[in-house]
Amino acid sequence: MTLAGIRITFWRIVFGVLMVLAAYAAYVRFFHGLGASTNLSDQFPWGIWIGFDVLCGVGLAAGGFTLAAIVHIFNIKTYEPIVRPAILTAFLGYLLVVVALMFDLGKPWNIWHPLIMWNPRSVMFEVGWCVTLYTTVLFLEFVPMVLERFRMERAQRIMRLISIPVIIAGVILSTLHQSSLGTLFLILPQKMHPLWYSPLLPLHFYISAIAVGLAMTIFESWHSARAFGRALEFPLIQRLSRLLSVAIAVYLAMRFMDLRNRHAFGALNVNELESWLFAMEIVLMLVPMLLLFRDRTRERPFAIYVAVVMFLLGFVTHRLNVSVTALERSAGVSYIPKWTEVAVTLGIIAAGFAMFRLAARYLPVFEDHGHAPEAASVQAEKALAAAPVAGD
Amino acid sequence: MAIAILYDSTACIGCRECESACSERWKLPYNDKIAAEEKTSARKLTTIRTHGERFSRKLCMHCMDPACVSVCPVGALEKTRNGPVVYDEGKCMGCRYCMVACPFEVPSYEWNAFIPKVRKCDLCADLTAKGGKSRCTEVCPVEATLTGDRAEMIAEARRRMAESPEKYYPKIYGLTEAGGTSVLILSAVPFEQLGYPANLPQRKLPEYTWAVLQHIPDITAVGAVFLGGVYWITHRRERVAAEEGGR
Repeated sequence: MTLAGIRITFWRIVFGVLMVLAAYAAYVRFFHGLGASTNLSDQFPWGIWIGFDVLCGVGLAAGGFTLAAIVHIFNIKTYEPIVRPAILTAFLGYLLVVVALMFDLGKPWNIWHPLIMWNPRSVMFEVGWCVTLYTTVLFLEFVPMVLERFRMERAQRIMRLISIPVIIAGVILSTLHQSSLGTLFLILPQKMHPLWYSPLLPLHFYISAIAVGLAMTIFESWHSARAFGRALEFPLIQRLSRLLSVAIAVYLAMRFMDLRNRHAFGALNVNELESWLFAMEIVLMLVPMLLLFRDRTRERPFAIYVAVVMFLLGFVTHRLNVSVTALERSAGVSYIPKWTEVAVTLGIIAAGFAMFRLAARYLPVFEDHGHAPEAASVQAEKALAAAPVAGD
Repeated sequence: MAIAILYDSTACIGCRECESACSERWKLPYNDKIAAEEKTSARKLTTIRTHGERFSRKLCMHCMDPACVSVCPVGALEKTRNGPVVYDEGKCMGCRYCMVACPFEVPSYEWNAFIPKVRKCDLCADLTAKGGKSRCTEVCPVEATLTGDRAEMIAEARRRMAESPEKYYPKIYGLTEAGGTSVLILSAVPFEQLGYPANLPQRKLPEYTWAVLQHIPDITAVGAVFLGGVYWITHRRERVAAEEGGR
């Protein structure tokens, strides 16, 4: 079906509906204030715009620095074909995090204040600076795709000259602020539930960000392969998923050792919401880890995809548990986001998908950027799926 | 000199003169309905709380090393040398980290304002800076709230406790809570019964985040050297191989 020359598909309708809802939610937010558009209160000042949009958004964009480091610093060339999509995801991700922040900040027009009004003791100050600088780095890593598209030779040469220092800066900045998102909560030892408070929160956030960065790279490879009828870089995805299972294992080992050392398992109680959400978080990480350890899972693209989606959900559950669940008891309130909060969040996710799609269509993001005929690539995918894992 | 408030809940009669004087100072509306709210909010910066026959008062504790000041990314909150923790709305961008971090749940937000700001007691910084007393102290008819030098307030608290030990729970709240505060409280019963958080660390809260933040320069330096080194090694191997015509 087409309307005014635009092909109408299911996902385009979903996208349109989400955009309308998000636009109305934005109107409520900016013309009637945070009180009218959120379920936040003095007792519960941070909701899903921080817990999901910022904490998860920044984490989900971690593939950019992880893959840039693997390929350009550690010189593991195998992964080269997926660096660009990872950097694109990261760049779009950070832009969207800034958009979400504009919704959440009471006075968004003052968002630049940390750049001139310093307070180096503040974790938020450090996060603000790192995110600003790293978004600049991501822009510099992204811009070669545009320059290449328009064949701007001289600019490309300059970019190549500065690329390594830029990439190194990006890895350091990411290390700092990915962990700092966990440090934000260190000042709440008495407010947070013992299942989530830990002096090691920065490390947990950092390691889980690396894992989720890999997971997002697989996720978007799978989707763009389908969307553009492109061959999935399957042997690469297999290697990545093996890497991912190890990253999850390292994370879970750290998490369990930490819980045991702090005697936090005593806080588990069958009848409490916290315990159930904790169980959900752990299961959604443990199961995909076990699945990805199995050779048989790694032989099938769809099985890998399912495991990856589970892990993404587990990651989101952890971040929401830290920022929402862990604080509800001490605050004495139970926070459930208002529909406007959810609408803005879904709108931002949808915008992310749409922007990625546009960029992937018009910029040289993938090596064979989308010109392969559909039938051939599906064949190729099948062939790759059937191929033995020996090449792995 | 650093000033402090001493609030003696055993002397408090719950007349709410402090509430009304405070609202007057901030030009906030005050009536019976607001008086009955018994919780601090953007329109009520101090409150009397009723616990059966007893009363307690909630106001900003003006910590010696305040969590809110340390977490503010723009330095909109400041601990003045005189004692009060003051707020500069012009700097604030509304991230509300101060509200998340405050161990006493003091800062309130103007959730419905078009240009919202954080609201909290400022210990009448302008008056106390000139050697004056806070408004709540001035209007208290029974000396349940006093303003003065922190050391003198501690001495006064100890004097009252020594004079009639049967009247007091043997502890000055605020002496060491969250590293110490500029509001000190006396009570006849354990403090949690009057709504004061009992599980607070005795350590200054900003130390928890500083323990990590202080390593940033090290991480940056070590990271740069490490990554630069790895790059050099991994790519040199490749260059050498290319020059030898290998691979």
